[in-house]
Amino acid sequence: MLVSSRLVTRSRLLLWGGCLALALALPLIFRSSFLISLLCQMGIMVVFSLSYNMLLGQTGLLSFGHAVYYGLGAFATMHTLNALGKDGGPLVVALLPAVGACAGLAGGVVLGYVTTRKAGTTFAMITLGIGELVAACSLMFPGVFGGEGGVSGNRVIGKESFLGFNWGPQVEMYGLIVMWAFVCTVAMFALTQTPLGRMANAVRDNPERAEFVGYDTERVRLLMVILSGMFAGAAGGLTALNYEIVTAETLNAHTSGVVLLMTFVGGIGFFYGPIIGAILITVMQIVVGGMTHAWLLYFGLFFLFMVLKAPGGIASLIAVQRNLWNAGLFGRMLPHYLAMMLPVLILLAGLVGVVELSYALLAGDGVGAGDTATRVLGMQLKLGTPAPWVTALAVTGAGMILTRWIGGRAGTAWNSTLATLHGDKA
Amino acid sequence: MKSPLFNRLALAASVMLVGGSACAQVKIAYIDPLSGPFANVGEAGLKGFKEAAEILVNQKGGIMGQKLEFTGFDNKGSPQETQLQLKAAIDQGFRFVTLGNGSGAAHSLIDAVNKWNARNPDKTVLFFNYAAVDPTLTNEKCSFWHFRFDANTEMKMEAISNFMEKDKTIKKLFIIGQDYAHGHQVAKYTKEMLAAKRKDIKIVGEDLHPIGRVKDFAPYIAKIKASGADTVMTGNWGNDLSLLIKAAKDAGLKARFFTYYAGGLGTPQAMGAAGENQVIQLTEWHMNVPTKNTEKFALDFNKKYPGVWFYYLRVNNMVQMVAQAMNTAKSTDPKAVALALEDMRMPVDTGEVWMRKSDHQAMQPLYISIFSKADGKTVKHDSEGTGYGWKTLATISQRDSQLPTSCIMERP
Amino acid sequence: MEFVVISLLNGITYGLLLFMLSSGLTLIFSMMGILNFAHASFYMLGAYFAYQISTWVGFWPGLLVAPLLVGAVGALVERYGLRRAHRFGHVAELLFTFGLAFVVEEVVHLVWGKVAVDYRIPVELDGTLFTLFDTSFPIYKGFMMLISVGMLVALYALLTRTRIGLIIQAALTKPDMVEALGHNVPRIFMLVFGGGTALAGLAGVIGGNAFVTEPGMAAAVGSIVFVIVVVGGLGSLGGAFVASLLIGCIQTFSVGLSISITDVFALVGIALPAGSQVARLTITQMAPVLPYLFMVAILIFRPRGLMGARES
Repeated sequence: MLVSSRLVTRSRLLLWGGCLALALALPLIFRSSFLISLLCQMGIMVVFSLSYNMLLGQTGLLSFGHAVYYGLGAFATMHTLNALGKDGGPLVVALLPAVGACAGLAGGVVLGYVTTRKAGTTFAMITLGIGELVAACSLMFPGVFGGEGGVSGNRVIGKESFLGFNWGPQVEMYGLIVMWAFVCTVAMFALTQTPLGRMANAVRDNPERAEFVGYDTERVRLLMVILSGMFAGAAGGLTALNYEIVTAETLNAHTSGVVLLMTFVGGIGFFYGPIIGAILITVMQIVVGGMTHAWLLYFGLFFLFMVLKAPGGIASLIAVQRNLWNAGLFGRMLPHYLAMMLPVLILLAGLVGVVELSYALLAGDGVGAGDTATRVLGMQLKLGTPAPWVTALAVTGAGMILTRWIGGRAGTAWNSTLATLHGDKA
Repeated sequence: MKSPLFNRLALAASVMLVGGSACAQVKIAYIDPLSGPFANVGEAGLKGFKEAAEILVNQKGGIMGQKLEFTGFDNKGSPQETQLQLKAAIDQGFRFVTLGNGSGAAHSLIDAVNKWNARNPDKTVLFFNYAAVDPTLTNEKCSFWHFRFDANTEMKMEAISNFMEKDKTIKKLFIIGQDYAHGHQVAKYTKEMLAAKRKDIKIVGEDLHPIGRVKDFAPYIAKIKASGADTVMTGNWGNDLSLLIKAAKDAGLKARFFTYYAGGLGTPQAMGAAGENQVIQLTEWHMNVPTKNTEKFALDFNKKYPGVWFYYLRVNNMVQMVAQAMNTAKSTDPKAVALALEDMRMPVDTGEVWMRKSDHQAMQPLYISIFSKADGKTVKHDSEGTGYGWKTLATISQRDSQLPTSCIMERP
Repeated sequence: MEFVVISLLNGITYGLLLFMLSSGLTLIFSMMGILNFAHASFYMLGAYFAYQISTWVGFWPGLLVAPLLVGAVGALVERYGLRRAHRFGHVAELLFTFGLAFVVEEVVHLVWGKVAVDYRIPVELDGTLFTLFDTSFPIYKGFMMLISVGMLVALYALLTRTRIGLIIQAALTKPDMVEALGHNVPRIFMLVFGGGTALAGLAGVIGGNAFVTEPGMAAAVGSIVFVIVVVGGLGSLGGAFVASLLIGCIQTFSVGLSISITDVFALVGIALPAGSQVARLTITQMAPVLPYLFMVAILIFRPRGLMGARES
């Protein structure tokens, strides 16, 4: 009732419906089982990172232990699935992520009570400590967390099906994930429009003032942690069903770090930012990870680049372009963007060349002597000779100079365009 | 809108992974960590497989005229990523996969393979396990589609306890381990087996510590010292092992350490002189076991890949057995290969490897050895360039590490 | 008696090492308000630099040169990375250091490989200093303690007794005023960050060979360092010192106590259900996670830490 009627406008309905239809239609394009598995992983990560952004983006709480809720949800779902045994059916299985959500919610109540006393750095530190604590304990209780092997189960229960689905094939699982992701996303979006969502923003932006006008900031933070824990738990439940195995890894610091990266890269200032981040980082991890062993380095450098050059994430870059478009100024920048593409591509090619050569020489296939030809980027190269190195460095250098030169001109144009944009507004 | 780019990326990935080669080959997907903290272990394994396939199979005529090839898939050590990589491998036409690192990943893979084979009986996949040693994989969770080429934790403990049974200098034993499944199992089997074989050995203490979180082992060593133990049993690996040994040396603890994983992959280097005459390990092979071919193979390997030290004899065993199974079955169909592997007896450099049919667990001779100064004679080769190498204390015959299995296998 | 003395000795040794690790972090935080997530990465760089130098010219030059090199790297990071990130606020700064830790680890993988390197204790310091109750105490540990205490004294003297120390302290609270007096505040910050990371580098030089120099060493100590800084009170050097010793001792003593959780609860009159997994846990088993429990408790009951001046 609190949700204003403006929330449901025709264009919004169209947008959400279109997204759902697109998501459901994707398996028609990507038919291989690997790509469908990848889509499943993306769907789960979308929910997880959106739930994380409820803290970081909407309430201004930097958490280093969000995987705890995700993991709790996953374990609760898996244990319920196993407890069901033969009594359940596909419909019950489809509803299981709700169990995960409840577990995440319960975790949020308990841990949120401890962590939300303070905001800022203290909050970040407590979540780090609690994350470490839970991760360390998870290996001590093999009965609950399954030890190193984790807890596994089977999502296909019984012989009958629900509307023709038994969730066995990966495509059916993908459909289930999309439905859950859609419901969760709509719910999380609706939440941003409620008074609680607005209050969270106020607590993020100016806690003193929020307190002054009568809001209990601690309570708002607690509510947001609980709710975000709930959605993280639902995401965990989906992972449990999707992989049919849950290990202690789901609740450790690494998982917390990944969700932080996804959310930040996508953009914490926009509701749809984490969606972009989740999709992009999942693809990077798996596809780039499959192409080169240096992917962690690329990953780290990309992240540093984003922090320094685009702290608003990819969503903010898109938002600026949209503003330009709406103001009819996009055409002014387009030639500059096109002009920038070439030098940036040259620069990237050079950098990738240098990195790949170094990896091949130092950490790659072990041909350290350098006399033998090694495969680098699909080419047979002799690492011991200067030729490939000189080429790669020259390309990098040329790329750098060109980027500087063309980038400088683009920058001038950018500034004047922005000035016009803001001038128009004023 | 993203699809063309995405398709191209996926295509590029698959082209790079397959290598674009058109000639007929038998492909095995190697799913193990190739980036991140455990990448060194994963890369050493992959190099071992590639080298073994080249020298032991392809240079000897291959498999029915086809080349045997190993392709790396990076699971980053994660059980979930393992399943994604399995799907990627299946998409690219791989019907055989191998994995060794981490019981979590192994459990995940065995589950995924079982389910995949049940749901896609026309495209079955076979899983060769070269190093994941959780006994449950060939007991409660055993599978027709899984073969293990390494001795499991329980068998290794059986071998160690058989050795301890004869060594009367052991009077007081302290058990220390990492607080997770493997550490728990080592502690459990140690107590059970010694209670049956050497009632007179007193277990003077038992400690578990969280895995990878202890920086300073001095307090643990103080405790071991206070207990008066002359022998320590530990399942620790990696830094938890190196740091334990270093702390023992610092405090002047003279006890002997029985270990599972002191032999390779950087531990000898990290341990260095601290381990001299104190660290005992159990392996299927080490550099100073006199062998016909493996010694040369290992030396060539170490020369070809500087910084990576040949460690896994079982990789060579596995490659030879798989190749022979395919040749015998005259087929590269996973089911036919599995049936040919069952009950196979293969003469290798250290004796005979037997793949038991009832649980798909390989039985092989094992060696107990101690870290000693390389002298060019009994300790001919040092380990990882440390100046210390392994000296055989005892050979455990294939029979002496056999244990009954609780496996009830579902056969297709 | 023997147990208490040995444990105390071990606890203090470990505590002093922790102090070496955390002093730089505290310094940076108290001066600049930056919680440097990559602090342990500088510790790792120190160890690797020292290893590299020791293979060329030996341990002793490395003891001096490696921390200076690490400090220089730190100063560059501040100048070209953090200063930019600073404009976007504290979260961006934190995330920058978070990403930096990633990159440093990968670069170490790339340059020095993925396994431990053979970084040894110099022969001069290899041996036993004294033997107590039949347990030997290595010379190297004594050397570590000496360096650690020396570091505390030198830092304290620098900050309170020298001109530059006074300027640094002033820049902390009143940067505008200090700037108006003609001091270059950004450069002071760069120096402080470089100095803090150099301290981490020094800890790496000393700790790298006492423990193991390998690419995972940063991750292994990363979180414990934070525990110290938080428990001691964000930004308090004295607090970090006390917290280091405290945590060192807590951990050492709890390893020695083989009582179970059931016994502990029985002391306060609560009977745990026998046979449950919690009841079977011993204090020893919990030892390495106790610091985290301790930190959570501190943050709940005394959020500014033992000796901290401010809350966040």
